[in-house]
This record gives sequence, structure tokens and C-alpha cells, in this order.
Amino acid sequence: MTALAPGCPSGLATTSADTVTQDPAAFVTEASGKRSLDLMIRGASCAGCISKIETALMRLSGMHVARLNLSTGRMRIEWTGGLAARRIVETIVGLGYGAAPVDPGQTDSAATRPEKKLLIALTVAGIATAGVMLMSEALWFGTDLPAETRTQLHWLSAMISIPATLFSGRVFFESALAAIRRWQLNMDVPISLAVLLALALSLHATITGGAHTYFDASVMLLLFLLTGRYLDARLRRQAYAAANALASLQTTSATRLGAKGVAEAVRASDIRPGDRLLITAGERLPVNAEVLRGESEADLRLVTGEVEPVRIFSGQTLYAGSVNLSAPIEVRALAQASQSLVADIARLLEAGEQKKSSYRRIADKAVAAYVPQVHAMAALGFVGWLIAGAALPQATFIAVTVLIITCPCAIALAAPLVQVVAAGRLFREGAYLSSGDALERIATVDHVIFDKTGTLTLGDPVLIQTGVSSDQLAAAAQLARASRHPFSRAIARSAGAGPVAQGVQEHGGRGVSGFIDGRAAMLGRAEFVGANGVDGAHLWFAIKGAAPVMFEFEDRLRPNAKAAVDELRAMGLTVELLSGDSPERVERAAAAAGIAEWRASATPQFKAERLQQLERAGTKVLMVGDGLNDAAALAIAHASLAPGGAVDVSRLASDCVFSGESLASVPRIIAIARKARRRIRENFAFATVYNLVAIPIALLGWATPMVAAIAMSSSSAVVTLNALRLSAGRKAAAEASI
Amino acid sequence: MSIIIFMILGAMVLALVGLAAFIWSLRSGQYDDPAGAAARVLLDNDRPT
Repeated sequence: MTALAPGCPSGLATTSADTVTQDPAAFVTEASGKRSLDLMIRGASCAGCISKIETALMRLSGMHVARLNLSTGRMRIEWTGGLAARRIVETIVGLGYGAAPVDPGQTDSAATRPEKKLLIALTVAGIATAGVMLMSEALWFGTDLPAETRTQLHWLSAMISIPATLFSGRVFFESALAAIRRWQLNMDVPISLAVLLALALSLHATITGGAHTYFDASVMLLLFLLTGRYLDARLRRQAYAAANALASLQTTSATRLGAKGVAEAVRASDIRPGDRLLITAGERLPVNAEVLRGESEADLRLVTGEVEPVRIFSGQTLYAGSVNLSAPIEVRALAQASQSLVADIARLLEAGEQKKSSYRRIADKAVAAYVPQVHAMAALGFVGWLIAGAALPQATFIAVTVLIITCPCAIALAAPLVQVVAAGRLFREGAYLSSGDALERIATVDHVIFDKTGTLTLGDPVLIQTGVSSDQLAAAAQLARASRHPFSRAIARSAGAGPVAQGVQEHGGRGVSGFIDGRAAMLGRAEFVGANGVDGAHLWFAIKGAAPVMFEFEDRLRPNAKAAVDELRAMGLTVELLSGDSPERVERAAAAAGIAEWRASATPQFKAERLQQLERAGTKVLMVGDGLNDAAALAIAHASLAPGGAVDVSRLASDCVFSGESLASVPRIIAIARKARRRIRENFAFATVYNLVAIPIALLGWATPMVAAIAMSSSSAVVTLNALRLSAGRKAAAEASI
Repeated sequence: MSIIIFMILGAMVLALVGLAAFIWSLRSGQYDDPAGAAARVLLDNDRPT
């Protein structure tokens, strides 16, 4: 039988090693005989993946709709009949992809709605600007236009720009109104004032047959501002999508054993303390629980950062997030899901997010300084011209000109444009930014904390071959291929593809046994195979008629780890290692990476406390971590990075995710963030200088609508070009670092 | 000169048609999955749903 290779057929995405099998039955919604389910698919990245998943699902009986959204990773499934939801997830997991049910209450459309509204407003403003400009050209340059034609063109401009402005500007008007009601001033107040006053003034001029109108300025202003808003909203939505994925991770299910031993699928949130649960091999614990029956091993990498699996025996307490590795176990829930470790971390995450949103962006500071000054100037101009003997319409005209010409376009575009360009640059280098202000925070860090397992190291143990022949390796691999144990996987990886031994049996928590060419063979702990040795980062293999041999494993450092640490130091940052693993191993990793300051056996709480302590001391920390145990620390930290292999929670908690094995990305990201910060400051400096020049011109009454339009668009262009300089960075340098 | 009024009004109507077409395409979800749309072109067995 030729089976399809698991995972993405193009090799673009890494095959999901997801074996966490949870029953999605609790997430199926039923309406008039039709059942539907939303899944989050991991590891799908190309046309081949779509075809593979959708074709396989459509072959299941009763399937009506199976459609994968490649951009969001969401899959919509609808079917009728008695097909079990579990079969669907098993089919997808069997193909080598990860699948997790999504709560039907959380839809994408809610997140994209504000963005779509902005996009439509932007399009309307764009088309209106093009239309009004058609007339403005004639008005600016046709100096010999008869007054009658001029008024006609004014009326046409009014027809386009008044409805367009009222429609596109709603975002600003509503926000400005809300601010004024709270007796506050925000950026939208001067924007709304400028736009509406410009419209009113122009309408007045049109009716009275005046020479100057600002119809073009009002729509153009909205066009530029909406561009900035839209880009900002897109970055925000991407961050929101990440948060949504976190919610889907939390909505796990479990198998509860009823009074007569009947198993039923329940949502993790429905588990009550005292419930008996069945945790199959490969399943993740949804709640903190005490083991009742069964012997197995647990992978605590996500909870504590320890590489080595821990034995499970009855009476032991396990934390939520641990993965049961070898044999089914029965446990008694000790807490509700909302009170378990994962939930604790999720709460810490939330707190961290709130803290981050209270971070004051450079742009906000600039606005706070800008708004009162411009208003004061406009008022000054109005009063000044009235005192100097000007008529009321002329004084109003001057005041409005001040508001328009000092238009906050450059200021509104200064930060989002740079952030979008920098995010694009990082994207090309394999790093994904979660929010715009993340860049500003990354740029200002002065202390870097690395997690060990999976961050400084690759996380997956690799076999170091010492005194093992290739025959012995091939034989051991026949047993190893049947096991989920990380060490077994390392053996299987190192031996490559091959057969599996006959009659393989997992002996919970101790090892696997089977028959190779009719000879009994065992792979596992020292006492299991009957060898003399201590347990540690090794496995023993014994085959009948031969002495047991030992396989040793090691968690390798990521490539360029030392170089990256050196580079960070050269950038003026201090580096620290903070790990949940044992002191000896942490010390060894720290020495290899050239990190002098390290702390071992750190619990998630300790990590979070350490960060809070540093924060109180005024240190701005960049946390780099990947495990569930790092998630809280990642959320609390001033800024945070996670490698692509990190668990979902940590990926979501971090400001930026970098792909690839090399750690060289960390200094690169900081360097780009610092550059972006410099660009933003340059942009604000430029906008300030521009205003210093423009305000006197407007106050003296020299600014015509043409001058205003040229000044506005050129200042926006300068800001845009300056932002684009980030993108044109030295490509050779980037290629050399790969 | 009145011809210019008709020309401009005609241009405005055309612009409105373009705007309506864009809003329709946005609302009907044509930009919801750009990556998927790019990939599905390569499949020969896809059925539009």
C-alpha cells in the first residue's frame, strides 16, 4: 500500500506532529438535520493541502461542504447523517495536519467588519478626489474662466464632495463627537472641524459666486487620513485574529466517564471538579487532575520546560497542558478548566495585553502636543484678522485655511506607514509582527531574556551516536517508530524511514516491546530492558541474544545562538537565560551560548515575577520564549518574540514570531525595529517643520486652495517616501545573514 | 460649454458603477481568502461554492 506522505505535499509547511486527539462532538451545531463544525487547521499552506484535505473529507459519507480558508486557516464543514465529528478530525490529523474545533460563536466577520467599512470609505474618498480634481485643475489654471463657468464647476465639485465627505468622514465625525461629549480632544476633532468648515465655507463661496473653494481639500484630506486608518486597522485585525486563535485553543474537549463507565465528550469548560476523565495517549490534559489509574509518561515541556518526559503513576497530580504520551490513563479533575494552569496563563496574558494597550505610542504623544496648538493658531488668526479690520467671512476663511493647511495628514500617516513598511520587511525575512506599536516597544528594550528549551535550543532532542552500530540503530528504530516518546522520535528521525516491529506493545511509562525477525526486543528505561544504568537523557535497547545498548540524547543549541548573543551584546543589550529545566542543563546551555547570567528550575509564576521585578526596576525587557510556561512572561514583558515552533498561546502572547532555526533573527528584528523608530521620529520632525512653515503662510492669508492641496499632498508624499526607505534596506546584508 | 457638463456627469455615473462593483465584490467575500483563491486556481477539480 502506498500511503500519501503526511502533511503539506509541497513541503512549504512543516508536517504537524499533532496527535492531540480531542472529541469535537461538543462543538457541532445542528440546524434542521444539517450539522456543521468550524475547525482551525494547522500546517496547510498550498493548493495541494486544500485539495488533499477537501477531497479526503468529501469522500466521507453525507458531506456537503468542506471548505478551507487558506488565509485564516479556518475550515467550514457541513454534513448530514450519522457521521461522527470525531471521524472528520481524525481524517485531517491522519493526513498530517493539526485540527482543533472552533467555538461557533466566534466568527471572523465581526473582526473584519470595521476594516471593510474603512475600505469602502477609502474607496469613496478616492473616487471623489479623482472626480473633484478634474474640476480643480480647470479652476486653478483656467485664470480666464468666465465667472459663470467657474460657478458651474464649483457646483459640480460640491455635488461630488459633499456626499462623499459626509459618507467617508463618518468615522472621524463619530469619534470626534464622542470625544467632545467626554470633554476631551482627540485627533479627530481638528480633522472633523477642518473638513466640515471647509465644506461650509466652500458652499458659501459657491452660492455667493466667490473665487476660492476647498472642496478638493476636504476629500483629499479624508483620502490620506483614511489610508492611514485602514493600514492601522489591518495590522490591528491581524493581532485580533491571533487572539481569536487563542480562544479556539482554549475551547478543548475531553472524555468524561459517566457513572456506568459510559464515555461522553464534553467541553473542557463543562468539566467539574471530581469528574472522572479518560485521557488517551497523545491527549492534552484540559484541567489540573489527579491520576487514578494507569501508568504512562507525560510530556511537561509546555508546562515546565523540562525536556525529559516524566513518569505518571496513580495518585500523582498533573497540571493542565501536560500531554499524556504512551498509555491511556484515568484521572479525577481537581479544578475547573477556568481555574487550571492554562487558564491562569490566559488570564495573565489578558492582563499583559491590557498593559500593552496602555502603552503610549509616539503618535499619540505627537497628537497631544499638536491639537491644542493648531486650534490656538486658528483662533488667533480669526481674532487677529477681525481686529485688523477684516470682514467676518475673510477671517473665517483664514482660520479654516490654517486648519486645512496644517492638516494632520503627515502626522496621521507618519507612524502607520512606517509600521506597515517595517512589518512587510520583517515578513520577507520570515518574522511576523502582531501589532504596529510592537515595533516601537521592541526598539526600546535594553535587556533580553531567553528561554532555553525550544528557544535557545531546538527543543526536540537529537540522538548523539556513541558506540551504537547502524544495525543496532535500525533495529531500535523498528520499535521507536511505534512510540510517541520524544526520544523514540529522535531515534526514528535519525534512522530514517523503515519497517515497524511486529506485535509492538507500549508499556505505560516504561518503554515499548515487540518482535524483530522473531526475536523479542525492548526499548525503554534501564530497568525495563534489564540493564544496569541510571535514568537520564537516554534510552536503552535490548534484543534477545545481545547485550543492551544505550542511546544518548541531547537538546542542541539553535544555529548562530552564540553569534546572536554576541551581536545583542554589541548592540548594547544585556542577556539572561531563564529556564524551567534542571540547573546542570541550563548551565551547560548558557555556557555554550556565552550567556553569563542564568536561572534554572523557573516555574511560569517565577518567570512572570522575575519580569515584573525587572520592570519595576525600570528595565525594558525583551522576552524570547516558546513554551506554555513562557506565555505569561511573554505577555508581561515590555516586548516579546517567539520562534515559529512555539505553542499557540506563546505565539499569540508575543509581539513578533520568527520562523527558521537560526537565532540570528533576534538581533535582526531589533535592528529593524530601531530603524523604524528612527523613521517615525524623522517623520514627526518633518511634520513639525512643515507646520512651522505652513502656519505663518496661512495666517498671512497667502494660502490659496491650490497651495493648500500641493502642500498637503507633498507633505504626505515626503512622509511616505521616508517610510519606504526602510523597505529598500541592504538586501545583500540580509542575504548574507541567511 | 454645456457639453462639458454632460461629459462630467457621464464620468461621475461611470465612477459610481465602478464603486458599486467594488463594494459588491468586497461584500460577496472575494477578498476573504486571497491565499486560497491564488492556490485554488491550480486545482483542476475545484467546484465553486
